[in-house]
Amino acid sequence: MKALVFERNLPRFAASRVAAMVAGSGRGAPVGPLRLTDVDPPVLPGPDWYRVRPVLAGICGSDLATVDGKSSRYFEELVSFPFVPGHEVVGVVEEGGGGPDAPAAGTRVVVEPVIGCIPRGITPPCDACAEGRTGGCERVAYGHLSPGLQIGYCADTGGGWSTAGLVAHRSQLYEVPDDLSDDDAVMIEPTACAVHAALDAEVDPGDVVAVLGAGTLGLATIAALATLTTPATLVAGAKHPQQRRLAASLGADEVVTPSQLPRAVRRRSRSLANAGQLTGGADVVVDCVGSADSLRECLAMVRPRGRIVLVGMPGQVHVDLAPLWHREVALTGAYAYGAETVDGTVRRTFEIAMDVVREHKLGRLVSARYPIERYEEALAHAGAAGRRGAVKIVFDLRARPPRADAASGPRARRDRRGPTRRTPKGPPS
Amino acid sequence: MSPRPGFVLEVDRSTPPTLFWHGEQFVLERLPAGSRVVYGPEPLAPLADPVAAIRHALLHPLGDAAPLPALLRPGMRLTIAFDDVSLPLPPMRRPDVRQLVVEQVLELAAAAGIDDVVLIAALALHRRMTEAELRHALGDRVYDAFAPHDLLWQHDAEDPDGMVHLGVTDQGEDVEINRRAAESDLLVYVNINLVAMDGGHKSVATGLASYRSLRHHHNARTMQHSRSFMDQHRSELHSSNWRMGRHIAASGVKVFQIETTLNTDTFPEQFRFLQRREWEWTVRDRASFLGASRSLELTPPRLARQILHGVRSPHRMTSVQAGEVEAVHARTTERVYAQQLVPVEGQTDILTMGLPYICPYNVNSVMNPILVACLGLGYFFNMYRGEPLVRQGGVLILHHPTPNEFHPGHHPSYIDFFEQVLTETTDPLSIGKYEESFATDPWYIHLYRTGHAYHGVHPFYMWYWCAHALEHLGAVIVVGGDREAVHRLGFRRASTLADALEMARDVVGPDPTLTHLHSPPLLMADVT
Repeated sequence: MKALVFERNLPRFAASRVAAMVAGSGRGAPVGPLRLTDVDPPVLPGPDWYRVRPVLAGICGSDLATVDGKSSRYFEELVSFPFVPGHEVVGVVEEGGGGPDAPAAGTRVVVEPVIGCIPRGITPPCDACAEGRTGGCERVAYGHLSPGLQIGYCADTGGGWSTAGLVAHRSQLYEVPDDLSDDDAVMIEPTACAVHAALDAEVDPGDVVAVLGAGTLGLATIAALATLTTPATLVAGAKHPQQRRLAASLGADEVVTPSQLPRAVRRRSRSLANAGQLTGGADVVVDCVGSADSLRECLAMVRPRGRIVLVGMPGQVHVDLAPLWHREVALTGAYAYGAETVDGTVRRTFEIAMDVVREHKLGRLVSARYPIERYEEALAHAGAAGRRGAVKIVFDLRARPPRADAASGPRARRDRRGPTRRTPKGPPS
Repeated sequence: MSPRPGFVLEVDRSTPPTLFWHGEQFVLERLPAGSRVVYGPEPLAPLADPVAAIRHALLHPLGDAAPLPALLRPGMRLTIAFDDVSLPLPPMRRPDVRQLVVEQVLELAAAAGIDDVVLIAALALHRRMTEAELRHALGDRVYDAFAPHDLLWQHDAEDPDGMVHLGVTDQGEDVEINRRAAESDLLVYVNINLVAMDGGHKSVATGLASYRSLRHHHNARTMQHSRSFMDQHRSELHSSNWRMGRHIAASGVKVFQIETTLNTDTFPEQFRFLQRREWEWTVRDRASFLGASRSLELTPPRLARQILHGVRSPHRMTSVQAGEVEAVHARTTERVYAQQLVPVEGQTDILTMGLPYICPYNVNSVMNPILVACLGLGYFFNMYRGEPLVRQGGVLILHHPTPNEFHPGHHPSYIDFFEQVLTETTDPLSIGKYEESFATDPWYIHLYRTGHAYHGVHPFYMWYWCAHALEHLGAVIVVGGDREAVHRLGFRRASTLADALEMARDVVGPDPTLTHLHSPPLLMADVT
């Protein structure tokens, strides 16, 4: 069985960084520490663990940062090598567990990948886990498992980019309702991040909210904000035409190019401007890019005492924080998921995400599926997704017939430079 | 020799290529045989002694107005309002007509012992003029006598203390104008009537008005019912202004209107070929054309723009009349028609026109895509009396590079209109829902009042100006336009005139008739 394995290899890590800088995002794979190799299925770590065979596994922005050697060194001690990436996973339970409410073999599940205190067997759990905020777990490097923020970054659990499967704790599995397709289901994890961010944004009715970035996370955040909050205006900055169309269809009141976003926010918030800095601005700005430039823009667009929610994963950035200090802006991160309180009711973020996915039919954001053997193309496609009119690129890990037919499905046809059309080497997706 | 009237040329195989403006350049295009080219009349002879003519007009007013000296008395409050930088085009050589008229009025005021005199640039919602522009319009002597003493004002439609609401017309239209003008014992308005749309009651009712007032006639519905807005008798724009003007008079505001007309001697010697008929070009004209077009082609666009905006027109005054507004304007309109009207028989399937680098709203500025649309579909399309030159469902072909470029200081709300409104809709009737938010935007208001920015609502007016044409035309094609900008406007783009004609045939059918509106000089087609 095959899996993409990421090893600790500093020279290759550096090479991937250079390759990505030269050739673009997602192009670090051929020279980096990621390799396709034969692996054995991971061992079940305990009685409440299940073996899950991935069906679809998404490629996330943080995965690309890892493959391209751009992820922050902050994470070094929070992962364990070698690991199999892939934390956006819809799969099928193969074995494990037991008990009356245990998912039966064959159950279609999505995996909440954060490995908090409960999967790690830590008792009592940390405060965050005790409150259900598993994304805030303080012990992701402790317990009976190797360090790892999530499945997909832990040497013991495997990850989604594998035909050998992964292991997940009972607390990490959510049965996928029948009315959600596999494409819908693979969008649940990123949508859960978006749901958490949308609720963390503390949007008040009547607020002006700006979303910067319209990749998968940006679009899912727009959908979540549209469903879960009631801003007066939701303005989105999207670079590419397809992203702009999708942002509008997902609930943005106004969609402009990123360069026009400050102007749109200024007009919607009816503020003045002073040398590129709005005097007022948006009540909430959600940064789904996570770069120095995007943070600068957020600071220029947010009103005094407003809130910036950082959803896109940043690394080291150089930003002038004088406006943050002077205007008493709250800058907060929004990582992962856990439990959310909506209208006084506590629900798991994943459950809310399923509702958002269903309402907005977010499976439509899946633009191309690749067999794992063509991971280099898949990663390159993911790295250039916006430019190529795509959003979410996934690995298709279903068992395929041996015939090496290059038939292209409707989805591949929709993406003109999609996998099967351009390099018809693999089996149908 | 008296100037030759305008005429319609039928293109045949021997007709030389026709000159088209193309923004800051010009090109020669060979039109298909059988096409018509409408040429304007040659410039009318100017007044031999404009100063004497002005004095005569002030002393011999039209209508029921008394001569100006009889209206002036010591201790009175006198306000002199004048047309702003949008007129004339291009700006005329010194002395500007406004300077000549204002100096005469001031001499009479001084002779009458009046010391409370204020000059107001009647900007409406246009940008404030710069010192250089004011000096150019009024002359240094007037500027230096008034500006340092804060007696030279620029109309501020957003000054809550500076405006006064005079009630509503019998149609319920708010009439709100400049307080100083309204509360003066006499308001003298100094006008330049470049096209038939200008002047009359529009001078005060628009030039000194507020958004609250302007919105009653500066809207899509009014413009669709103005056919054309260059023909005041068939223009809802004018009907509304006339109602307001009469209401202003009935409210006790005493207006002494002074209107002037200019001939169409538009460009100086080095660009003289622009207004000559192509088959009459001399060797010198050809050399000038080649030299000028080649130089502008090789010049960086910004510099080319600077050069062209530096052109001062040799326009000369052909008439001046003063007195009661309507009587004055009737005479003015006659003179404008005498200079610009060209009889044209029948409409055409395709109308072509080359658009120059300048329109009323980009003097010393950038001709952004919205202004391109306004110049073509607003101004030039409406230069008709009777029927539009192009038939219903016909095609308008514009020649202009339409760069996706805006002057951020002059046209800040245009940028947002282009990016945030035209991306949603190009329907003039539908954009109205955004109007209020632009009109009341505090940032635009701040820039209008303190900088040199057009008012936030102004791009809407430009688009409303296009409303009649947009409703009438089957398609608009821009030759050589920036692809993205042209598409944003809702138009089609062609690389060449031949391509544009091919595209137009898809709309109007094979063997279409084609008419070219030759400009300069400005002309107005009298279509029967």
